[in-house]
Amino acid sequence: MIEARQLHKTFGTFTAVERLSFRVLAGESLMLIGPSGCGKTTTLKMLNGLIAPTSGEVWIEGQPLHGQDMVQLRRRMGYVIQDIGLFPHYSVAENVGVVPRLLGWPSGKIKKRCAMLLEQLGLPPGAFAQKKPHELSGGQQQRVGIARALAADPPIILMDEPFGALDPLTRQQIRRDFRQLEALRQKTVVMVTHDIEEAFEMGTHIAVLNQGRMADLSAPEQLLQGPVSDFTAAFLEEKAPQLEFQALRLEQFLSELPRSLPGVKPEDCLQAPASTPLLRALHRLAKSGRPALCLTAHEKRYFATADGLLRLFQNHLRS
Amino acid sequence: MMTLLAFLEDNRAKLGEQILEHIGLTFFSLLLAAIIAIPSGIAISQRPRLSAAVLGTAGVLQTIPSIALLGFLIPILGIGVKPAVFALFLYALLPIVRNTYTGITGVPHPVKEAATGIGLSPKQRLWQVELPLALPVIFAGLRTATVINVGVATLAAYIGAGGLGEFIFGGIALNNAAMIMAGALPAALLAIVFDQLLALLQRLGRPTLHKQRWLLLLALTVLSSAYFWPQAYQPGWKGGFPPEFAGRPDGLAKITAAYELDFNTTILNNALMYKAVAEGEVDVISGYATDGRVEAYDLAVLQDDRNAFPPYFCAPLARAGFAEEYPEAVEALQLLAGRINDSLMTALNYQVDIEGQPPEDVAGSYLKRAGLWRPDQQSGGPKVIIGSKIFGEQYILASLFSQLINGYTNLDVDTRPGLGGTKICFDALLNGEIDLYPEYTGTGLQVLLSPPSDTLREILSDPVAVYGYVSREFARQYALQWLSPIGFNNTYALMMRREQAEALGIRRISDLRED
Repeated sequence: MIEARQLHKTFGTFTAVERLSFRVLAGESLMLIGPSGCGKTTTLKMLNGLIAPTSGEVWIEGQPLHGQDMVQLRRRMGYVIQDIGLFPHYSVAENVGVVPRLLGWPSGKIKKRCAMLLEQLGLPPGAFAQKKPHELSGGQQQRVGIARALAADPPIILMDEPFGALDPLTRQQIRRDFRQLEALRQKTVVMVTHDIEEAFEMGTHIAVLNQGRMADLSAPEQLLQGPVSDFTAAFLEEKAPQLEFQALRLEQFLSELPRSLPGVKPEDCLQAPASTPLLRALHRLAKSGRPALCLTAHEKRYFATADGLLRLFQNHLRS
Repeated sequence: MMTLLAFLEDNRAKLGEQILEHIGLTFFSLLLAAIIAIPSGIAISQRPRLSAAVLGTAGVLQTIPSIALLGFLIPILGIGVKPAVFALFLYALLPIVRNTYTGITGVPHPVKEAATGIGLSPKQRLWQVELPLALPVIFAGLRTATVINVGVATLAAYIGAGGLGEFIFGGIALNNAAMIMAGALPAALLAIVFDQLLALLQRLGRPTLHKQRWLLLLALTVLSSAYFWPQAYQPGWKGGFPPEFAGRPDGLAKITAAYELDFNTTILNNALMYKAVAEGEVDVISGYATDGRVEAYDLAVLQDDRNAFPPYFCAPLARAGFAEEYPEAVEALQLLAGRINDSLMTALNYQVDIEGQPPEDVAGSYLKRAGLWRPDQQSGGPKVIIGSKIFGEQYILASLFSQLINGYTNLDVDTRPGLGGTKICFDALLNGEIDLYPEYTGTGLQVLLSPPSDTLREILSDPVAVYGYVSREFARQYALQWLSPIGFNNTYALMMRREQAEALGIRRISDLRED
């Protein structure tokens, strides 16, 4: 668990962060989002003591950060920096193993952990472990940076634009890999991003920052549905429809779906999991040329035609 | 080439000794500098506010001319290896400090932030990340310092610390190209070899260096101590002589033969040897009879009771065709003929060397007193170029020449003062880069002509015969022309501290003999 209490930071006369408070529990991931210069990176750096707050406190696992041994503490907080910052004189394996080595792990254990993480992040250790950072592509370097942060299995992970500077395709791929990482379960994650979609895709909570102040802090669905500040509304406006559609999933409409369709056999239908976003289901159905879509939820079978899905959409938008 | 090989063959032992001295000076000072400069560079990289002050100080040290620096050091450290190593140490500081600092501060910011961010302590960050990444830059600094030190170490010969400079400066003074090359080639080779060795070391990489660190340390220590290998004690008076005097046949060799004396010789720079004798670093030096510093440092000139030194009457030496082109200039210079005797010249030298008056002013006020002075015609006519060697008396003479030519003719004058040793002036004259410079008959006879020894014996004690021989032979061999002698005889002389000479009752050179 990590907690910010009235965090405040000024540089000269400029106020970078103004009395920010939030709490992130184990298993939660908080996305810090906002326009450039809104104070998200400053906030993240205050969380691991790289920047000392002007006033306010950070609490880690129920202990105030101030007065603790920062070096020891940081080894228990994985940190992925914006510019990756791999050590150029170390191999990939040495880079990943830095913190475990500092913590005095036996070398066999470090090697195993490193191989496992690289494997999970799509960098087969046989091919990559001995390479130097300069031999890797930007995306591969970023994965190594993430593996380094996760290596010592820290309970807290801080990430500053971990997927920045990547092309959209690589970005999506690495994001998906990351979400599925076993190593991330039950971690406390704080991540800075300026990509709204990324925030909605990865966050259990989203904090919208504006000029160092907290504009809104809530779960993604609430941010879309609930009342929000004018700034957040304006900030989300352009992306809102997309985010909303992406948030709509088949499982939310089960009660409105028929249990059977006359003249349609289940085996002729396109099969889809209940968690499929509505929009994607519609898209795939249209492309497949099948008469309808078939899904199973709570051991019951449901059917949906393209017309039916479109109607669901329209009804949702009217409501 | 053949003469070089012959010279190297004849001086093999001396060359080996000088190379060892050179290596020792270079590496001992480099070792000291690295021990001080690398930690300093690290320290200022952690405290940026100090960096400007430290780098600035090292930069200022770097700009002090090496001869001036050695001059400062004599009263504190004496002569010999101590001031030489210290001066080299100072010169090696800047490249090492600056490269260490630049190397560490040049580590990319994200790498440093990542190091701190994932939990390296400042010390771990320095040793595990910053220093390894800065290593190539630090090595580059060490290489620069090594090359600088090999070069500057040649100057160690000026303060009796030996090294390859002994051949180089001796060769320049004696107009001996083979001797110059015998010092310069090995020095250049040393610079290249050490630079490449360090480059090789750098390529070996960190892990290998780490494994071999004791071997490296041993090698450095051995190289650093190379200076002290050929140590040998020599009995006799401690004599401090400039390379020219020590090497030329009418110099030290002549004295030791004529008086059957042995000196424990230290090679010293002309400008530094007076200081060295005054400070008691040496007992006897060879100076010039008319030197102003004889009085300033309260030295006693020893009488040459066996007439060992040849006459050194001074006269303008002019290039081929000069007298025919500019007879009016020769006529103007003729006004000085026989005018200035030994004591007058010593007084003029004193004003320049000791009182620090500009040579032009001293020359001008003398000409006024002698009623010879005329204002500069400023006619903008053809240019006469007057050269001089690099000491006060020559500056005064060059000024006298140029003021006379300016005042009495329509010619314009350009001066090239401070042309180093005899060889440089002589070559410049032969090549027509200068029109004339003041030269001494003894130097012309023995350094530039080197006549057969029976001729030498015949004429050496007779100033008029020497002048006649020199004029004739210069005209015949080089088409150069000696104008009329100015009057004084600036011959070599041996001198000691007056106090010591009086205490020991030494007035003549033969009194130095211990019988």
